[in-house]
Amino acid sequence: MNDMAKPPRSRAAKWTRRGFIGAGVLAGGALIVGVAVRPGNPVGKLGPIVAGGEGEQLVNSWVKIGADNVVTAIVPHCEMGQGAHSVLAQMLADELDADWSLVRVMQAPADGNYVVTDTARGFVAPGTLDAPDWLEPTWNGLFTKISQLGDVMITGGSSSIRTTGQRTMRIAGAAARQMLIAAAAREWGVPAAEIVTANSMLSHAASGKSAPYAQFAAAAAEEDMPQTPALKQPKDYRLMGTDAPRTDIPEKVTGAAQFGIDATVPGQKLTYAAVRKVPVPGTRIASMKADVAKTMPGVLQILNMGDFLAVVADSYWQAQQALNTIEAEYTKSESAIRSSADQFAAFAAALDQAGDQGGKELVGKGDVAGVLSVSAKTFTAEYRAPYLAHAPLEPMNATVWVRDGQCEIWTSTQVPLMARSAAAKAIGLSADDVTMHHPMLGGGFGRRLEVDYVVMAARIGLATGYPVKMIWSREEDTQKGLFRCADLSRFTGGIDAKGRLVAWNNVFTQHNDPAEACDAPFYDVPHKSIRVAEAELHLPFAAFRSVDHSQQAFFVESFIDEAAHAAGRDPVEFRLAMLGNSPRHKAVLEKVAAMAGWGTRPAAGRGRGVALVQSFGTIVAEVVEVDMSQGKPRLTQVWCAADPGFAMNPDGFRNQMEGGIVFGLTAALHGEITLKDGAVEQGNFNDYPMLRIDECPPIAVEIINADPVHLGGAGEPGLPPIAPALANAIFAASGKRIRELPIAKHFA
Amino acid sequence: MVKFTINGEAKSVEADPAMPILWVVREQLGLTGTKFGCGAALCGACTVHLDGQPVRSCSTPIGEAEGRAITTIEGIAGPEGELTRVQQAWISEQVPQCGYCQSGQIMAATALLRDNPRPSDADIDAAMAGNICRCGTYVRIRHAIKVAAGIEPARVVPLSGGAKA
Ligand code: FES
Ligand code: FES
Repeated sequence: MNDMAKPPRSRAAKWTRRGFIGAGVLAGGALIVGVAVRPGNPVGKLGPIVAGGEGEQLVNSWVKIGADNVVTAIVPHCEMGQGAHSVLAQMLADELDADWSLVRVMQAPADGNYVVTDTARGFVAPGTLDAPDWLEPTWNGLFTKISQLGDVMITGGSSSIRTTGQRTMRIAGAAARQMLIAAAAREWGVPAAEIVTANSMLSHAASGKSAPYAQFAAAAAEEDMPQTPALKQPKDYRLMGTDAPRTDIPEKVTGAAQFGIDATVPGQKLTYAAVRKVPVPGTRIASMKADVAKTMPGVLQILNMGDFLAVVADSYWQAQQALNTIEAEYTKSESAIRSSADQFAAFAAALDQAGDQGGKELVGKGDVAGVLSVSAKTFTAEYRAPYLAHAPLEPMNATVWVRDGQCEIWTSTQVPLMARSAAAKAIGLSADDVTMHHPMLGGGFGRRLEVDYVVMAARIGLATGYPVKMIWSREEDTQKGLFRCADLSRFTGGIDAKGRLVAWNNVFTQHNDPAEACDAPFYDVPHKSIRVAEAELHLPFAAFRSVDHSQQAFFVESFIDEAAHAAGRDPVEFRLAMLGNSPRHKAVLEKVAAMAGWGTRPAAGRGRGVALVQSFGTIVAEVVEVDMSQGKPRLTQVWCAADPGFAMNPDGFRNQMEGGIVFGLTAALHGEITLKDGAVEQGNFNDYPMLRIDECPPIAVEIINADPVHLGGAGEPGLPPIAPALANAIFAASGKRIRELPIAKHFA
Repeated sequence: MVKFTINGEAKSVEADPAMPILWVVREQLGLTGTKFGCGAALCGACTVHLDGQPVRSCSTPIGEAEGRAITTIEGIAGPEGELTRVQQAWISEQVPQCGYCQSGQIMAATALLRDNPRPSDADIDAAMAGNICRCGTYVRIRHAIKVAAGIEPARVVPLSGGAKA
């Protein structure tokens, strides 16, 4: 379904569950089977690391059962609000026939035994095993650097359910169940096939015997690890597909949940570091004047680290107060880009040079130039997207203690093993000398796939030698991190005499991940040329929630809408007519149109817009209704229909759609990072505003479970359609076409 | 030396009276449920109650708490840890995502419902607009406030029932 050239390691082989385990065994490398069920029983090795509790017995790498019959799922992904901890435990618990009220979640330690090997398979050791098709284009680029480091313990790409859930947690749960049954059968002297499991209990009807799992946990650990445990069919799911309440929510309503910023160092007094990085990327601190800061209360150390300043004090507030008094001069930047206008001029120059046919072709089929020259109607459009900061509500921070050739780190991160390696390298230690604690994240959104802040804290810790908690101010967080790229994208469309989109010519400058984000291959468009003409970015890049989809969906679905209007056709009908070969996409679009009452006339001053995007394996269509009667957009309702294949926890999935939509609305309406003298101009939520509750429309979400085998993601796919749906709604209501984000600045 | 009560307990701390309540509470008293989001009274993550009124603790000096009562997220449940109806509604409606903003959201909602037991949508928007949720849980916050107010029914969470494939 994708015209894009496949990366070289793409394989045609079909992925199956049995294929996974079988292939792992056949290939024989530890990496392959290690993810789900390692060959042999790893209790001895992993037990001491994760089974600290009284009377707890580790049954296999991913599940332990306590004397109180509590089942603990050991989850290798981070919890950053997406619900991964809970839903992965839910998948494991279903296969284990565990009582959900007795299931707990433990964050897997940052230990090599808990690398997310499903990811490693595709990147570290490509070619050892077939991987599902969706994995290839989506993951190819995003995690290249991870494959280089080999530190694959990551949370990103809306992938936890699809990879670890499907191919590790479920297998671990099923294997554990089988091992418990085997142990009970041996003890009771009855055939294993006659033992029934439910609600964390084993029972045998004929003999009347029954026992809680806990009773056989130790014996089960002695059993061989089954290599191909049977997994449930959807009709037998008891927890999967239900709204099992999230395990992490109770502690998030009492203030007890621990985030990276809440870290303490046991038995030690903490100190606090406030930091100021150089304002322009790539520059250095030329000089600083810290006379006043030195005399301020609580100040312990003032550090000039070359690329940033740090003040260490007894309290964070004292550190920040002192830092505010320091005057610094910086070296000159080599970048020719000083302003946002310079940045967009660089984009435009690259696109001018590429022209109608230049640049690197990403998708090419048919004869675009030829067809455009004979099209009944052609139109052009140029779209712009600004830089964006991720702005997780928990600012970047890390707590470190470096002493005696050892380092301990507490931080919120999506990549604990990468963070560990990077910190170790920065302070001249080996990764084995660094212990990583990674509690919950106060938001990630891709920002915490980067390890810059952890490295900074480690360098401060090396300088102090005592425990120190570094916290970025909100201003630092907005200005000095890494960013969703800005971009410019140019289209030419050709419409034939029957009002069909027959030619699609497009060129833009930023191509990251997923590689396919620039295309909408489900639409049947016969002649297509999509190209990238690379242009330099002034600000460093980090994946942003939905990555390239966050800007490409705005470009592509605005273009499709313009095509519909150029053809004089209804935007839904126009799209449906191109979905003849994509029944699932068609069903999703029809569903959202029905939810929104698309055929009915909106109230005076209002208009509706639609967009359809597939990202991270999930198909999402959204309709926005906007009221323009006051001269600027007010959202009155959002409808969302989504097909993730199968929603493991429908309520959790809905929550992610709602969250993705709100995150996307912030970007669509308000989000803009601009440059002045090479530095970011925005600082806090006053000039980099977030959507607030009073701007948030009601959001209705419906789920279509169309394919329980091939699952899509949840964390990101809600975001991409919302910006184009809103821009298309504004056009429908007012005739004003928005081709440049953010929207609010057109109505200021 | 500043004297105040926190969650019902009398305390005196050695602190510059200009130091924001937030840092005293987090660093000196070890109550980390109150969060730092912006430091500029723009996000609400640091919301606590001062004599029952919601304030932005990042921008309220501890000196202002002299002789007054501070309540943080850790102090709203009952003596046996019974959750308030706001906290219960936050669970039944599965509001939090990352959870980082939620202490502040709950403190703001608690104050709202005490002053206005049956808020309209507009009342909710007005009272809660100072609290940013970057994860985007606003739809659920609005609903959970109505559940806590008894205006809308709490959701019954089905625990099983099989797949809907
Ligand atoms: S941290 Fe106080 S309002 Fe944001
Ligand atoms: S739940 Fe993450 S910021 Fe609100």
